[in-house]
Amino acid sequence: MAGLENLFFGFQIAITPFNLLMAVIGIVLGTIIGVLPGLGGANGVAILLPLTFTMPPTSAIILLTCIYWGALFGGAITSVLFNIPGEPWSVATTLDGYPLAKQGRGGEALTAAFTSSFVGAAFAIVLVSFFAQPLAELALKFGPPEFFAIQLLTFSSFIGLGGGNPVKSFVSIVIGFVLAAVGLDTVTGKLRLTFGSIELMRGFSFIVAVIGLFGLGEIFLTVEEGLAFRGVTPRVRFREMLATWRELAGYWKTFLRSAMIGFWMGFKPGGATPASFMSYGFARRFSRHPEKFGTGVLEGVVAPETAAHAAGVAAMLPMITLGIPGSPTAAVMLGGLLIWGLQPGPMLFIEKPEFVWGLIASMYTGNVIGVVMVLAFVPAFAAILRIPFAILTPLIVFVCAIGAYAVSNSMLDVWYMLAFGVLGYVFKKLDYPLAPLVLALVLGDLAESALRQSLIMSQGSLLIFFQSPISAAITLAALVLFALPLIGPLLRRLRGTPASAFGSESR
Amino acid sequence: MRKADTVCAIILLIGAAVVAGEGLRLGIGWSTDGPQSGFLVFYLGLALGLASAVVLGQAILLTDAPLYRKPFVGAGQLTPVVKVAVPAAAMVLLTYFVGLYVAGALYLGVYMRWIGRHSWALTVLLAVAIPTVTFLIFEVWFLVSMPKGPLEAYLGY
Repeated sequence: MAGLENLFFGFQIAITPFNLLMAVIGIVLGTIIGVLPGLGGANGVAILLPLTFTMPPTSAIILLTCIYWGALFGGAITSVLFNIPGEPWSVATTLDGYPLAKQGRGGEALTAAFTSSFVGAAFAIVLVSFFAQPLAELALKFGPPEFFAIQLLTFSSFIGLGGGNPVKSFVSIVIGFVLAAVGLDTVTGKLRLTFGSIELMRGFSFIVAVIGLFGLGEIFLTVEEGLAFRGVTPRVRFREMLATWRELAGYWKTFLRSAMIGFWMGFKPGGATPASFMSYGFARRFSRHPEKFGTGVLEGVVAPETAAHAAGVAAMLPMITLGIPGSPTAAVMLGGLLIWGLQPGPMLFIEKPEFVWGLIASMYTGNVIGVVMVLAFVPAFAAILRIPFAILTPLIVFVCAIGAYAVSNSMLDVWYMLAFGVLGYVFKKLDYPLAPLVLALVLGDLAESALRQSLIMSQGSLLIFFQSPISAAITLAALVLFALPLIGPLLRRLRGTPASAFGSESR
Repeated sequence: MRKADTVCAIILLIGAAVVAGEGLRLGIGWSTDGPQSGFLVFYLGLALGLASAVVLGQAILLTDAPLYRKPFVGAGQLTPVVKVAVPAAAMVLLTYFVGLYVAGALYLGVYMRWIGRHSWALTVLLAVAIPTVTFLIFEVWFLVSMPKGPLEAYLGY
């Protein structure tokens, strides 16, 4: 099979000593980043991106993706031991993970969480390995209308599936596009939204925006709570681990169901959070003791963790095949690709097969290394949260400033980062989701050129998006998702259940 | 929270007007090479305006949405945020004169001593060690250049 051959080729690249070392470093850094408050996958990758400028692209992407896996593992540690979800998709893990830890079964909960993460990721990686090539080949036939339709679908899924207030999701998307439009219009050569200022000509770097919105904004929110971490001392004993594994084997149905939910939700943007909650809900519905959920059952840790990791891996699929990131972290990696001089999208499979297959193979090695390392060094990683807050806070701000400056050696970017930090803080409080803003800022130029080219092809008629069957189907799906917040309450009213008001943010 | 939401929506409305105006200035018609450059900008402004108007409407009408049940910032919540943000801005400003590493060291030191009330020994140790390690990682190992000041110049970098 051609797919397997490619994969073996990828493994030859991923298991060179240097790339394995990159994977180990990535996992360690990523886990630390995942444990630290205010740093998550997206801004951790953004801050460390400048360090990869001088590396070969394949090693660089292995380092960054391993940071991502590490951050996912790290998020589970804080959720279980400290009841602090490091990432939104870890919220469901706290529901049963923290009660378990309080009962002194933290070791079991962590073993379950890491194992589930690994299983979920492995399931999704296998699917990615087999779907990547056909999807890329299909995408090669896409023209501007199809690409614009996919981008439309990307953003509509934030509105239709994102949860929260759909109007505010829409506002976030539009602000992202407006920020992306600032600067030189490459088609007509005119300056847009610069208002005569030379500084604005460069536009806004989304990496700076990510560091500000997610990094600083999160720090502001954390200090506001005046957090003092009171956690449960972790310890994973080997015998306990084996016993947990024996118990976990009985939950194979939950594993399979959650992994499938995770993969299906994950390759659509913003999918990881709904996937984790959905999978938790399903596990409870199918359980023989649904009433025990929330009091500390292992199955309640297994379900969301499996789904979240499967979704996290699945988010890489559209990034490498279509050049459209499925999550903010994938968006930052996409930015990295552009900086290393690679054009993301289906052509990568033809032009840089060593990059694509090295990356896919490194997902296997990275997750194996990851699960072994976190199981072995949980106490060390959890100890990070015992560092006093007055040391962590300025340290994170300092590192954010360095990351923002290094993007393009500009002090102005550091100021932008501060401004984005304040914006992130305000938006987070007012329930405006941040992920769509970042994705719109990343995809703004691509989406605009796809739209323009399509309109030029059709002489200005929007009907071009319904001409080819593929683009018609995708556009239609996007329109349905856009309309979902309007239709949803109507359907519920017809069925007689009251529509709930806006919930909390999920991204 | 409702007041903050209202104010934010009004600011967004003004921003939308500015964006749409810029779009109109650039032209939203059809030129020989496709849509004019103001085309997308104008419609983005329009969309932002409409959406912010809806948010504003929600803020006025849906008085008891769960979001509005808690205040935008509770009593005593803003102070710790300001204590992080203002010194951070000061650090960025200082960077112009002494470079990012020295400014970072001062920021770390001030915050640890002032907010954390850590001992002088620990404060000085970490305030020197953290920027030094960062310096080694970025400047020496990965050759990523940061703004530097007189101290780094004195040391030969």
